[in-house]
Amino acid sequence: MKPYEFGLFVFMLSAFLGFELIRRVSPLLHTPLMSLTNAISAIAVVGAILITGDKDATLLTRSLGFIAVVASTVNLVSGYLITDRMLKMFKKRDGHK
Amino acid sequence: MIADWLPLLYLLASAGFILAIKWMNSPATARRGVFAGEIGMLLAVVGTLLRQEVVDYQWIMIAFFVGSAIGVPLAYIMPMTAVPQRTAISHACGALAAALIGTAEYYRHTPHGFILCALILETILGFLTCTASLMAFGKLQEVLPTRPMTFKGQNIFNFTLFGCTALTGLLLAISPEQFWLFPILIVLSLLSGTLLILPIGGADMPTVIALLNSYAGLSAAAMGFALDNKLLIVAGALDGASGFILSVIMCRAMNRSFTNVLFGAFGQMQIKGHAEQRPVRSASAEDAASILDSARSVIIIPGYGMAVAQAQHKLRELFDALNKRGIEVRFAIHPVAGRMPGHMNVLLAEADIPYDKLVEMEEINGDFPTTDVALVIGANDVVNPAARNDKNSPIAGMPILEADRARTVMVIKRSMNPGFAGIDNDLYYQENTLMLFGDAKAFVASIVKELGALVHAG
Repeated sequence: MKPYEFGLFVFMLSAFLGFELIRRVSPLLHTPLMSLTNAISAIAVVGAILITGDKDATLLTRSLGFIAVVASTVNLVSGYLITDRMLKMFKKRDGHK
Repeated sequence: MIADWLPLLYLLASAGFILAIKWMNSPATARRGVFAGEIGMLLAVVGTLLRQEVVDYQWIMIAFFVGSAIGVPLAYIMPMTAVPQRTAISHACGALAAALIGTAEYYRHTPHGFILCALILETILGFLTCTASLMAFGKLQEVLPTRPMTFKGQNIFNFTLFGCTALTGLLLAISPEQFWLFPILIVLSLLSGTLLILPIGGADMPTVIALLNSYAGLSAAAMGFALDNKLLIVAGALDGASGFILSVIMCRAMNRSFTNVLFGAFGQMQIKGHAEQRPVRSASAEDAASILDSARSVIIIPGYGMAVAQAQHKLRELFDALNKRGIEVRFAIHPVAGRMPGHMNVLLAEADIPYDKLVEMEEINGDFPTTDVALVIGANDVVNPAARNDKNSPIAGMPILEADRARTVMVIKRSMNPGFAGIDNDLYYQENTLMLFGDAKAFVASIVKELGALVHAG
């Protein structure tokens, strides 16, 4: 099997898994969900690291990679932190005060 | 040696992301979900840093540092009402990263065939999502006008532009050595993103933000194909699916199609010559307090106006004051209330309102006829009975919260100006409706005060 065929299988299975999982998320948590998936899309950082750290990197690719690492780190850090900050606020009863 | 184990880290990272989304299904496990997501991301980053291809760490570390220095304040300083804006800017960052990686990959290897196609798709989606998210940010932050911006022949112009972008991508896929095509592709993608959002109004932002989420994910998945990296494919597909489902839910909640949201320029039609003055009954905070005091059940319907006025904390005081009297208070949440899916829930949770009091539309609609008071705060179109009664209304068929069926309806509103969609709301002219004119936060505060005074008087 060629790498891309394998990739397409992985894509299809993940997409279906994603549909099934997300349908179960209560509308109550749609904002944190979106913020979490936004943080997960910072996975682009993997590609950015590979480009920036490459030993044959030219000035152009290293600069592009550098900006990409910065941008995806912003995405990653702020995405996870704010999701957690939001979820901390969801409480069932207010008897804890 | 280590290299043999690295794919395992990626595998575990994928599992982390899947668990993260799985645990988001309930507020009880959601924080564990975030933790799983964080671990997944950590494994992914470590697994990548340890790869043999990565030899130069200096710039990566500096970039991590700079990125965190921007990202941490972004997460903590932004008030909860600004969550939609923050999400938009974060989408822009993620998409920019994907697009730049696509660009760098192209100039580094100039690949052919399937990989090149994936790369082109990644770059188009990345740049498009980047400018589109920045535009959405501008509109949400109200740096740009929130009303749809339209010009003559806009849809034809946009379709031509999207066509040109696709065509350039295709040409490049056929003849990869034409280096001059790539910058053109970048510019066209950037323009497409900008023009895509131009005609979209504030009320349609929930759908659009969800859609941009999906694009950012698909762009990451395309990168996975280009770099032959399964982890990227898994994470990207999960995001793509998530954003897609959310935007479908939003469209359904407005009874509109994707095409209508993206190209319909909804909300631009102003009521013309609709100057007919109809009588409304207005009331003071004192009246409102005594009506609430004698009620047994109250449903509060928040909308974007509550977010703008930052009224959620005052609403919490009202909630407490009524609860103390043994009055049942619940909140009815319309799926598209606010500027992103679930926006109202987060704001009310911020004000410490227990989440089991936040009820979805389908569940609560049947209870309105037996409810004493429906209190509408900063919501308009989502309670407009025209959606049910008037076939010619622009919002005809949109599922609404049936506040009009409650025994008494109270609406806190600044003035009689029509809502975002520019549609007059019959709810305001009903016999059982009382209009409470004023700023949402100040008015709720004075109701709470009057309720307190009633206790002393009684």
